[in-house]
Amino acid sequence: MAEIAPAYAGVGAHAPNAGALRGDALRERLALLGLSAPAFVLVFVAMVAPVAWLFGLSFLADNGSFSLEHYRRMIEQPSYYRIFLTTFHVSLLTTGICIVLGYPLAYVLSQLPQRAANLCLIAVLLPFWTSLLVRTYAWLALLQRKGLINNWGIELGLWDEPLALVHNLTGTLIGMVHIMLPFLVLPVLGAMRAIDRDYLKAAANLGAGPVRAFWMVFFPLSMPGLLAGSLIVFILCLGFYVTPAVLGGGKVIMVSNQIANDIELFFNWGAASSLGVVLLVVTLLFLYVASRFAKVDQVVGGGHGK
Amino acid sequence: MSWLDAPASETQVTHRGRLWLYALAGIVMVFLVVPTVIVVPMSFSASQYLEFPPREWSLRWYANYFNSLSWMQATATSFKAALLTTLVATPLGTMAAYGLFNSRFRAMRVVAVVLITPIIVPVVLVAIAVFYVYARLGLVNSLTGIVLAHTMLAIPLVIMVVTSALKSYDMNQEMVARSLGASRFRAFFLVTLPQIRFAVITGALLSFLTSFDEVIMALFVSGGANSTLTRNMFNALRDQIDPTIAAISTIMVLVTSILLALAQIFGQPRKP
Amino acid sequence: MTRRAAVPITIRELGKSYGDVRALDNVSLDVRSGEFLTLLGPSGSGKTTLLMVLAGFIRPDHGSLKFGDTEVIRLAPHKRDLGMVFQNYALFPHMDVAANIAFPLKLRGVSAADIARRVNSALEMVKLAGYGTRRVEQLSGGQRQRVALARAIVFEPSIVLMDEPLSALDKQLRELMQIELRQLHVKLGTTTIYVTHDQREALTMSDRIAVIAGGRVQQLDTPRAIYEQPVNRFVAEFIGESSFLKVTRDGGGIRCGGQLLRVATAAAPGGPALLMVRPERLRIVDDAQPETGTRNDENILEARVTEVIYQGDTFLVQAMLADGSRINARGIASAGAMARVPRAGDTVRLGLRVEDTVLVADDGG
Repeated sequence: MAEIAPAYAGVGAHAPNAGALRGDALRERLALLGLSAPAFVLVFVAMVAPVAWLFGLSFLADNGSFSLEHYRRMIEQPSYYRIFLTTFHVSLLTTGICIVLGYPLAYVLSQLPQRAANLCLIAVLLPFWTSLLVRTYAWLALLQRKGLINNWGIELGLWDEPLALVHNLTGTLIGMVHIMLPFLVLPVLGAMRAIDRDYLKAAANLGAGPVRAFWMVFFPLSMPGLLAGSLIVFILCLGFYVTPAVLGGGKVIMVSNQIANDIELFFNWGAASSLGVVLLVVTLLFLYVASRFAKVDQVVGGGHGK
Repeated sequence: MSWLDAPASETQVTHRGRLWLYALAGIVMVFLVVPTVIVVPMSFSASQYLEFPPREWSLRWYANYFNSLSWMQATATSFKAALLTTLVATPLGTMAAYGLFNSRFRAMRVVAVVLITPIIVPVVLVAIAVFYVYARLGLVNSLTGIVLAHTMLAIPLVIMVVTSALKSYDMNQEMVARSLGASRFRAFFLVTLPQIRFAVITGALLSFLTSFDEVIMALFVSGGANSTLTRNMFNALRDQIDPTIAAISTIMVLVTSILLALAQIFGQPRKP
Repeated sequence: MTRRAAVPITIRELGKSYGDVRALDNVSLDVRSGEFLTLLGPSGSGKTTLLMVLAGFIRPDHGSLKFGDTEVIRLAPHKRDLGMVFQNYALFPHMDVAANIAFPLKLRGVSAADIARRVNSALEMVKLAGYGTRRVEQLSGGQRQRVALARAIVFEPSIVLMDEPLSALDKQLRELMQIELRQLHVKLGTTTIYVTHDQREALTMSDRIAVIAGGRVQQLDTPRAIYEQPVNRFVAEFIGESSFLKVTRDGGGIRCGGQLLRVATAAAPGGPALLMVRPERLRIVDDAQPETGTRNDENILEARVTEVIYQGDTFLVQAMLADGSRINARGIASAGAMARVPRAGDTVRLGLRVEDTVLVADDGG
């Protein structure tokens, strides 16, 4: 015989423990929130609040009233235009060189057997783990007039006069490419490793020679990784400070250098903050574009725990 | 040399046909590795001017470094700051990663975004903003100030690393542990933590290195007696090339390598 | 491992919604002390949700849950004193077998000597004596399941919950484990709630089965009652094979394919109904008398054979009634039966005993 306990009339009429259970559920949510609270508070207090403050500062004139004069000055003065141009110029060049050098490297790494690849990967990770300053210093030592490269070049008879390899755009580019290469190689390598070899076999089967198979099958499939890597590199370049400062010798002034100068030398908070706001907005814009290609929000959270 | 004619990939291109590719990759790898490696022999060169290979070997730059009060003080500050940063950022970041991962609250997405912003916002901007606030709070040139700033930079890294470990971890184990009588707290410590140990240690390592290597915030926020090693190095680089920096660089590379090795040893899950 | 006092479970009006989806729709049922109750249903039916509510991992919107006399609905999972076995075993890889099993005992502050004794006792009970020092990676699927089981019972819980624990095992091992689990249950006597989508498993192991679909309990009964007297089409279709024939009511009986038949009165729902026919309950009538209808407590139907399929241990006769409805009959493929088996195109008379002539409510399937 079927034996189910008699049903009660409707949910509203009799829902035992509903209120208490709701309370329990809320408490549990708050507890989980509480775990993230300390980190959240720290980041908010240490970063979000000051940056917001700075944001507000950019709209204040010297006498304390609301004004857009800092932004107006930015548009009017040609020096600011040059700075933005330099920044984009350097960032684009760096990204481009990284792609030209990094893509082939990633390709070779993806084709190697696991152990050899991991060994060669150390070459990519070693600079990654080395301090930024150490690397910048090393390039300074290598590139300067009495530096190692010039000494060797002259000794080997490759050139007579020491080449100006540092304290200019060239040195800056070399330094920045060195810093940024791992950021490009790693995502591209990841994308390449995920490409199913069967696709290439199929292409070869259908009559494509190695060059065509590459351009028509492999390259398009590696594009998402390349795009992700390029965007990361570009965004990082936009805000970069140390390398242009040291290797640029004052001749390569990017936005971040100008911001620092405005504070250190001129104590001009208005100019610095407005410049900073523009840099932030541009960065966020490019990040938004990047998020279309790579799922940024899966990097944090996004799990579905019970 | 017969392997040169062997097919290198599914498309039957030979190794010989790709030799130029291998050469290019090799050059790039050398390019990547040389700077890190070159500081080591440079630091042992006796000459004031950088030369390689060094004509004379000497430890004078190391002596310079260890005998200098300002360098030693800066090194101590950097170590202290890095250690404190690690001690604060690792638990905070791990807790946050766990809370975010297990929460179905939609508001948590806002929290997640805020916690990731330090990586996104250009550091210069944050540096001057923090400097501005610290100036009013009297936190400039203080250890507290720099630790706070560095912790803020390190937390997102810890969160990312721990989150990625949680993703490949079977949360069911915590459920089982709870069904067997462990509270959420005990379940985490007895079951989950031992298994995400590698990620937590990597997060700690990243925190340490982030703080130790950090330049920009240190430039603005640290100073005086609490000036960090990086700040002093940066200023020295702008003035003149002092090979003492090569010695310091070598030591930094050594410290990083030791920490990485330790992380590998203590972090890896036990294998049968 | 002594026989601990088992407790009954009282479930009243459990409700759980996820947005618009009602995962549990006012579920109420009583589980008897010491019984082996299976929650059977397709995926998405709510059976796992119900189990998770029992365990305390899902909080319902409303409802009451009692273990014995104690209200536990708001109690945290780790305080409910349940043993739980999951589909993917969830053994702790960073501990060896003995440490896994000792885990709940350690949490309860049992002394080291007692732990060792009870762990060994549990290993013996699941036929893995001596496996204490093995590591989890070294075990096969079946062995892991046994360790998970040992871990769930070593602390003598009064209730054991199992969430499809055998579905990851291959068929032969699964059938072996079903019998072993049943024997273990009899020995321990704990109240056990078992979740599965495999109806054969449910029929093999359970004291009673609760068929669940759409967040509701469709029928709660012994395996035999569920098989022979399903309360609606869903249950009938979910358990075993059957054909459904449209019938109209005629006095106390039914008319099917033009013929008047008698019905098993015990299962005769009102309203529109279908005749449920289990293939193995149909007998191919081969005696000389030609008439159909009811004779000697047996309903006779006439049908034309469309196909006969040999299936090793049984044969299946697919046939069609005069009004076009399809019907299947299954018989043991003995040599004698195979010699007399009809051919496609033949007319056969199929006999269905009155007590097997069961109506189910036609609720649209």
